[in-house]
Amino acid sequence: MIIEAHDITKEYGDQRVLDGVSLAVEEGEVLGIIGPSGSGKSTFLRILDLIEAPTSGELSLFGEDVLSMQNRWLEIRRRMGMLFQKPIVFNASVYDNVAMGMRYRSENRAEIDRRVQETLEAVGLSRYIKSSARDLSGGEQQRVALSRVIVTEPEILFLDEPTANLDPASTATIEEMVLRLNRERGTTIVVNTHDMLQGQRLSQRVGVMIAGDIMQVGKPKEVFNNPANLQIARFVGVDNILSGRVASAEPGGLTVIEVQGNRLEVAEPPPDGKGRAVKVVFRGEDVTIGVGETATTSARNVFSGSITGIESTAPFVGVTVDCGFPVTALVTARSADSMDLEAGKEVWVSFKASALHLIAEEQDGGDER
Amino acid sequence: MVDGIMDSTIVQGFIQAIELIVTGNPEVVEITIRSLYISLSATLIAGLIALPLGALIYFKEFRGKQALVNILQTLFAMPTVIIGLFVFLMLSRSGPFGFLDLLFTPGGMVIAQTILIIPLIMGLTVSALSSIDREMRYTIISLGASSLQSIVTVIKESRFAIMSVILLGFGRAISEVGTVMIVGGNIRGFTRVLTTAIALNTSMGNFPFSIALGIILLTVALGVNIVLSVVQRR
Repeated sequence: MIIEAHDITKEYGDQRVLDGVSLAVEEGEVLGIIGPSGSGKSTFLRILDLIEAPTSGELSLFGEDVLSMQNRWLEIRRRMGMLFQKPIVFNASVYDNVAMGMRYRSENRAEIDRRVQETLEAVGLSRYIKSSARDLSGGEQQRVALSRVIVTEPEILFLDEPTANLDPASTATIEEMVLRLNRERGTTIVVNTHDMLQGQRLSQRVGVMIAGDIMQVGKPKEVFNNPANLQIARFVGVDNILSGRVASAEPGGLTVIEVQGNRLEVAEPPPDGKGRAVKVVFRGEDVTIGVGETATTSARNVFSGSITGIESTAPFVGVTVDCGFPVTALVTARSADSMDLEAGKEVWVSFKASALHLIAEEQDGGDER
Repeated sequence: MVDGIMDSTIVQGFIQAIELIVTGNPEVVEITIRSLYISLSATLIAGLIALPLGALIYFKEFRGKQALVNILQTLFAMPTVIIGLFVFLMLSRSGPFGFLDLLFTPGGMVIAQTILIIPLIMGLTVSALSSIDREMRYTIISLGASSLQSIVTVIKESRFAIMSVILLGFGRAISEVGTVMIVGGNIRGFTRVLTTAIALNTSMGNFPFSIALGIILLTVALGVNIVLSVVQRR
């Protein structure tokens, strides 16, 4: 493990920003940290990059316990790099901007020259090498900032919402550079993003940070389909969150959940928890919607009801159906059109038992909305 | 009638003042050079002391930092005559630094103006450096700068703001009259500067001379402002 953070907390005054965060990152891995703004993602990256010290906790970088030896932070920090959300350039030429980190490391001039030119070529900015960095557009400035980090050849690269305010073209260039860096040099990358699609595009694993804690780490698909708790479910955009009670459970088989008088079959055992009250969560993409005769389907859960709402979230349309309990299905705009879906129309919905996921009720605490 | 006299006095004064300047009247030239020399020296010394101190206040976190900055800002408006009085007492024969024999000398005036503008330069240096935002400081640190390298980078980045601070300090020094009058004593050919000469000549009714020096003082102030606006546009 190239990074191992254990129980990291950070307080500013009496405000606790990080609340016991633990995370391990493997060498050569791209790990995404997703979470809403204000959840502590940036603070956490600054602590990993040794810009700030945590209030408490343990941190090991490159296999060394670093918190006990602040005198070596500069040396360790020089093996890492960080790109920030806001494009930051200094009031100097593009060349001087990109050369900064190498100059701090007292590298020789010919080497600086070679690497700066090479890097600027790779990000498509070599024609601006002598221009004032302040005169460039936001996207170009961010590419200068990225070049400035990668010329120093960091072993670990931290990216804090690197493309939050950028145009799609600059975003694509930056994502491509980052992935290339990982592929060709084996650079370990930790990227913060609130954009779940970006998290999915870039990362092999994602961690979800909410309210100062990383609550779940796993493959992107795993996190999106099986959120560990309701806060994560809400953040990753699970469309259906239903309250129910465990009616029956066969060991290793189906669990039946009663939701407002209806029985839903779920292909996983009930969660550990004291009560029988659970939340059933599933994504709108996993719900099939149809009109007329109920199709013969392998899906275990088929219900009919009338459409109560249609909401366009391009390229999809969210269709909410009242089957005695509300179910939201995401369908393409085209199929919504072809089925003439509109409010009041009678339809059926179906979803597989394996698409449903159970979360123990009490995990959500007082956060019920 | 009175208006007519005034008019002609002012017009006459202006004409004679221009003559004094154009012909390079020795006394006008001498006073101007002395003024520039004293205020530039004071600005240089104050800059050497106050810039590092201002930077230190900015870079170090300590208790009472905000209070110190507030005190400095209050001192921006310190009446010059009070600084003059203070330095006079320090340098007078019976004062603690009387042995230096600096009272009524250009050296004493440099000291007085230096003390006058140190708080201004310190306080404004803190503000100038504060324009470097947090993310930029993080960037510098994460790029692998040592403490010294980050201080140099921050100062370099705010170089234009710092130049404005120095120019403002010089502007305050050369245009003030209180300290140089009290500490310098306005001795002809020795400690007389633009502002004290204007005060004296005006009270003696020697308007052309006052107007000539006034024009020069305004020109210097204007020059400072032009340089300042050029710097601030960068």
